[in-house]
Amino acid sequence: MITVKVGQGSCGISAGAGKVFNSLKNIIQEKNINANLSVTGCIGMCYLEPIVDIYNDETLTARLVRVSENDSESIAAYLTDGDVSKIENLLLSDEDRVFLDSQTRIALNGCGVINPEEIDDYIASGGYSALKRALIEMTPESVIEEIKISGLAGRGGAGFPTWFKWNAARSSQGEEKYLICNADEGDPGAFMDRAVIESNPHNLIEGMLIGAYAIGAKEAIVYVRAEYPLAIIRLERAIEQSKEKGIVGDNIFGTEFSCSFRIKAGAGAFVCGEETALIESLEGSRGMPRLKPPFPAQSGYWRKPSNINNVETFANVSWIIRNGGEEFAKLGTPDSKGTKVFAITGKIKRGGLVEVPMGKKLSDVIFDIGGGMKTDKSYKCVQLGGPSGGCIPADMQDTEIDYKKLSATGAIMGSGGMVVMDESTCMVGMARFFLDFTAKESCGKCTHCRIGTKRLLEILDRICKGEGKEGDIELLEETCNEIKAGALCGLGQTAPNPVLTTIKYYRDEYEAHINEKRCPARECIDLVKYTINEDKCIGCSLCSKKCPVGAISGEIKKKFTIDTAVCIKCGQCMDACRFGAVEKK
Amino acid sequence: MSCNCSCSKSDLSLLNETLEHYAAIPGSLITILQKAQGIYGYLPADVLNYIAEKTGIPAAKVFGVATFYTQFRFKPVGKYLIMLCQGTACHVNGSLMLEKTIFDTLGIKDGETTEDGLFTLKNVACLGCCSLSPVMMINDETYGSLTPQKVREIIARLKDEALKEAAE
Repeated sequence: MITVKVGQGSCGISAGAGKVFNSLKNIIQEKNINANLSVTGCIGMCYLEPIVDIYNDETLTARLVRVSENDSESIAAYLTDGDVSKIENLLLSDEDRVFLDSQTRIALNGCGVINPEEIDDYIASGGYSALKRALIEMTPESVIEEIKISGLAGRGGAGFPTWFKWNAARSSQGEEKYLICNADEGDPGAFMDRAVIESNPHNLIEGMLIGAYAIGAKEAIVYVRAEYPLAIIRLERAIEQSKEKGIVGDNIFGTEFSCSFRIKAGAGAFVCGEETALIESLEGSRGMPRLKPPFPAQSGYWRKPSNINNVETFANVSWIIRNGGEEFAKLGTPDSKGTKVFAITGKIKRGGLVEVPMGKKLSDVIFDIGGGMKTDKSYKCVQLGGPSGGCIPADMQDTEIDYKKLSATGAIMGSGGMVVMDESTCMVGMARFFLDFTAKESCGKCTHCRIGTKRLLEILDRICKGEGKEGDIELLEETCNEIKAGALCGLGQTAPNPVLTTIKYYRDEYEAHINEKRCPARECIDLVKYTINEDKCIGCSLCSKKCPVGAISGEIKKKFTIDTAVCIKCGQCMDACRFGAVEKK
Repeated sequence: MSCNCSCSKSDLSLLNETLEHYAAIPGSLITILQKAQGIYGYLPADVLNYIAEKTGIPAAKVFGVATFYTQFRFKPVGKYLIMLCQGTACHVNGSLMLEKTIFDTLGIKDGETTEDGLFTLKNVACLGCCSLSPVMMINDETYGSLTPQKVREIIARLKDEALKEAAE
């Protein structure tokens, strides 16, 4: 039987997968083609969306990329007579195949292959066998022991050993305990949690139920970002289907273990990624962090023992129980076990979701898998860990992916956002961008974060505008260290990282802004000026027609000039010029 | 009691079903606010006061929670809500230029609505379509790989559509 699967994660849909699906549906009906049409999640090759996979029974016979609704005729022709020439131009190239072939998929296992809307698809691929095994053959203690052997650590950013948190929650006094999944993925540039929920929600449910069994919780809650509507819909559906099968609810698989399951939609606050702030938000309050200790394992949701893990952490659990902790621990480095999912974006050629074993080098991910830069400019640095992380420069591209080794650079593993930058990105501007974010997202509870991030932002603003003063770099460093030492929660304590790492590796850029009033990357708008290169200008007048403020003058077929006093630096002339004569200095 | 200010007089009965369901469940305030915004399109002051009255949660806390989260808004939005992604990938690929283009074209900044009530601009953190960056979402449609030129074209097209609709 032939099955046609259309990848419909959020990025597939925004690239037009919905339209592709509908046009295929129509044509399959119209021509009475003997093929199933089905939905799947995100395979991770976002740069090639929409993606259509054609299976003959279980075997993938064709993977078509960048498909548009106009291609449905040729796909239909291929389905009817098997003529590959009809779809040759759509087939995944060997070069792009490397993107998938270089990965080891555990957390992303099943994503982009199974139908996230059908529980039977998940079960057929071995799903829920780990839960069954845990409930029937294992004690909660031996589940925790297996996780300990695996070496699984929190994938949300902090990298805390998962077994330790589970054990602490299990050992806490009290009948009522809660298991919570943090799906409030807020780091700009990170979207792996969304992809897991959209593409394989049952894997999350299974991992959470195993966790709930291990700690002794009777209620499991997923706290999802409200900005992820599709993830919420798919998860709701998955929970309903699990209830119908008796996998969620009372006496699961006929055992004594019962666990209910629900979703809580967040309302947009980055700080709610911090576990105690998340608990406050679950209780219907402002998401402001609590002082620790007591830790959630002792006193969490409604002051009861609670355990919180990130989506990706749970997504590894069923694999570990199925294959054993030792298998998992074989992957990675002595300090960091298993795999890590990264969302690679920015100036990268092949952007998307990538899962690699710990211990791979940054360059393996950026160049071998990501294909290097998409521009003709050279690779400058990679930003890891979002607003809590930092920039790692090109000359450190051989750094291994390992919690300790990445922390030693000043950045962090973080949740896995990997934004690649080329030389056109200003590092002071980058630090300013993140501080603008953290200053806005600071909840305001502690002074160091509330006022400190604001002051950092003001100084960075000043430097980007060319109003930096001598001593500003030292002032930034001093303020950063104070905030790190004094802030209440992880958001504040890590907020200075983007500033500190850019000063550490790109101090010369800060100095150029302050001392020479110059932006080496030519990005800070106040420090650049547009000019016309006389040698290249042919006098076509297109730039002058495009200029919204009449700053460009000249005679046809003679050289044009820009009046920098009038110019508002909108860049339209540069976009318009076909001869590359407009330059930014 | 009546007042002369421009505060809204909302049909509060629309909210009763939600309140009956959730008022007694502890920790449901955010859910109630989300449902209310779903009904009214935004959170008018009288609705917030009504929620406080019916749930017994102090009005100060209701307003405090509502203003804490970016999802909630306190003014009606335009026919087209432009959500401009300001995530890292979009930033690196030029989202600031798009914000400026929108300002130049429509005269609105983050959180503002055009006088004709057609467009509202809202900057948002990562929409999660990083590989299509820079991205914006207008109502339910996502537009990717944007340039200032494309943004101007999209806005012009939506304006035309709105004009045609109005004419019909």
